[in-house]
Amino acid sequence: MENNSNQPYNWFTPFNILTAVVLGVGLVLTIARFGWGIGAVTNLDNNNPWGLWIGFDLLCGVALAAGGFTTSAACYIFGLKRFHSAVRPAILTAFLGYALVVFALHYDVGRPWKLPYPIFVSQGTSSLLFEVGLCVFLYLTVLFIEWTPAAFEWLGFKNLRRIVVKLTLLLTIFGVILSTLHQSSLGALFMIAPSKLHPLWYSGYLHVYFFISAIFAGLSMVVFEGSLAHKWLHHKMDDTHLSEADGVVLGFGKAASFIMMGYLGIKVIGLAVDNNWHYLGTGWGAWYLVEIIGFVLLPAILYSVGAREKKLKLIRIAAAWTVLGIVLNRFNISMIAFNYHLPAADRYFPSIPEIGVTIFIVFVGITVYRFITAKMPILYEHPEYKEEH
Amino acid sequence: MAISRRKFLGCLTAALGTTTGVGALAHAASNKDFKGYPDSFGVLHDSTKCIGCRKCEEACNTVNELGKPEKPFDDLTVLDERRRTDEAEYTVVNKFNGVFAKTQCNHCQEPACASACFVKAFKKDKTGAVIYDESLCVGCRYCMVACPFNVPAYTYNDPLTPKVTKCTLCHPRIIEGKLPGCVEICPKEALIFGKRSDLVKLAWTRITEKSDRYIQHVYGEHEMGGTSWLYIAGVPFDQIGMREDLGTTSAPELTSGALASVPIVVGLWPVLLTGVYAIAKRKDKIAKEEQETAVQDAIDTATEEMNKQLAQLKDKMTKEQQTAVANEVKKALEEAAKKAEEEAKASEEGDADPADAASGEEEDK
Repeated sequence: MENNSNQPYNWFTPFNILTAVVLGVGLVLTIARFGWGIGAVTNLDNNNPWGLWIGFDLLCGVALAAGGFTTSAACYIFGLKRFHSAVRPAILTAFLGYALVVFALHYDVGRPWKLPYPIFVSQGTSSLLFEVGLCVFLYLTVLFIEWTPAAFEWLGFKNLRRIVVKLTLLLTIFGVILSTLHQSSLGALFMIAPSKLHPLWYSGYLHVYFFISAIFAGLSMVVFEGSLAHKWLHHKMDDTHLSEADGVVLGFGKAASFIMMGYLGIKVIGLAVDNNWHYLGTGWGAWYLVEIIGFVLLPAILYSVGAREKKLKLIRIAAAWTVLGIVLNRFNISMIAFNYHLPAADRYFPSIPEIGVTIFIVFVGITVYRFITAKMPILYEHPEYKEEH
Repeated sequence: MAISRRKFLGCLTAALGTTTGVGALAHAASNKDFKGYPDSFGVLHDSTKCIGCRKCEEACNTVNELGKPEKPFDDLTVLDERRRTDEAEYTVVNKFNGVFAKTQCNHCQEPACASACFVKAFKKDKTGAVIYDESLCVGCRYCMVACPFNVPAYTYNDPLTPKVTKCTLCHPRIIEGKLPGCVEICPKEALIFGKRSDLVKLAWTRITEKSDRYIQHVYGEHEMGGTSWLYIAGVPFDQIGMREDLGTTSAPELTSGALASVPIVVGLWPVLLTGVYAIAKRKDKIAKEEQETAVQDAIDTATEEMNKQLAQLKDKMTKEQQTAVANEVKKALEEAAKKAEEEAKASEEGDADPADAASGEEEDK
């Protein structure tokens, strides 16, 4: 694993330079945000209180981090042991994802030092946001504990590691419960505003849609992230990881396609229940069909073809496509179809600094991921603990 | 165990009391019949009497100490702009084809903001006012997403103490026994303060008495579960910037279903997931057992086969050995006989050569 150690590490790769630039710009924007307020860097206003930082950093961040609970549930609860080598990278991505969500929230909320208030000071239990906050807080703790064995192996803390590994099943079940709750509650947040969200996206099933789409978002993200890792971190992977990787891609592709078809089914049921068919003929309807057909049905078909023909490349393309579809769906609900009734002049579009902060946060995540996969046994098994499962 | 009649009756009463108590609680917990605080206050805005003088805006500015406005309050040209409430103006008057509409917090009976707030920074007071507590607010702005009337605003440009701003119904003044600032100053009595229940009656009386002057609708009586501010007007409300498609479902009811599924998931998921785990584990176990049985069977069959072959071999070998022994014996006997014959022959012929006899013996071996 240490095949680079005898030659000096080249810090000046194009990607490292890009990272440095993005992190530098992010630092400047951070100073602007906390020195001059939210208004100084964003296009948010009184009609549009939630923008890119909620639409992408929170909604997409949480949905795309769903790979953690789906993969660990597949391996430890459903007993699909052949996915074992995918669990650690997925847990790490999920942990980083949630940590970044919380990090990003510090930029978005007005007084971030009060973020512990909903849990420790004044509990607004009637709020779905309280539900989200509590579950994200607890799940972040669970993910942290689930991730610690990797750190303990790196640090050589054998006893601590043994204790945590014994808790695996309990932590996994707890993680699935918490994920079910907050993934769905993120959708239910918008159920309080039927007058603002376009009827094609508003539904009494919004919480179910968010939960089900989070499952295939998580599966797709594991495949997508895996293909990136294979390209750039191939040398970090051991034989077990490499030999199981194709099986993970095939299995997850098959599962994602299956779940996406089910998702389409309940979307149609939602249309029928609210009798929203007539909206399909409007401009909003066309946009809705772009999302549903272009970014759910088509990638689902590609997934199933890829799984049937055993063409990993098709599955990888479908995974990236599905990830884009999830981003589109969350953008539609939080920004594009939200406040659809307002005149064009009052609509929201993110400012350049807002986009800059979001890119900055993504790069913080990539940098931490690279550090951890370089130092800790994530993509390979620690030689001392190989025989244990 | 003996029990006296008196004790029995006592227990019965206690039991009945408990039952009734539970029944009362169950009824209180249902929000189907929620009518808001009894005797809470509200304001009726009669749009037909409003002349767009902006005096209410001025009074609001003074009472809430909102600072010098961008344009003075006697500048009526701003009425033609489309304005909304913000940190500098808790109430605004807009003009729609000569008809004026006043906007401020409507102080919902079941406020969306209070339902949405995850730190309980909003509270529906028994006076009818929806009060905001800045000291709890994290600044998530979910209240602004939730508010169907787009009323709460945020001080986005304040880096350290940003807060939500909105009309307070002049709650501090009501407690002192004073009228809200805007109501007090209104020169045309277009704003009437009173108990909400009385205002609803007054609104309908006016509509009924002058049915040609008013639209048959008291805005706020049922919208989003009802609001403390009520409106009557001479033109349809959607023509003066007020949405008529909000429905009558209160905000808490919109999310109660999703919230109610939370404890069910907490209760059922552990059962379901442990069940799935147990099934998967059992399948693995059975598969392992079957594999072991199959392997054992294979081993058994092989062993049996081997033993059989071994036995046959042994049999064969024994037979061969016996034959060999018999042959040997036969051979030895024959040779002995031959020797005896030769010896007899030699003794017949006289002196025999001993060396010949010895070499002959060696060859036999």
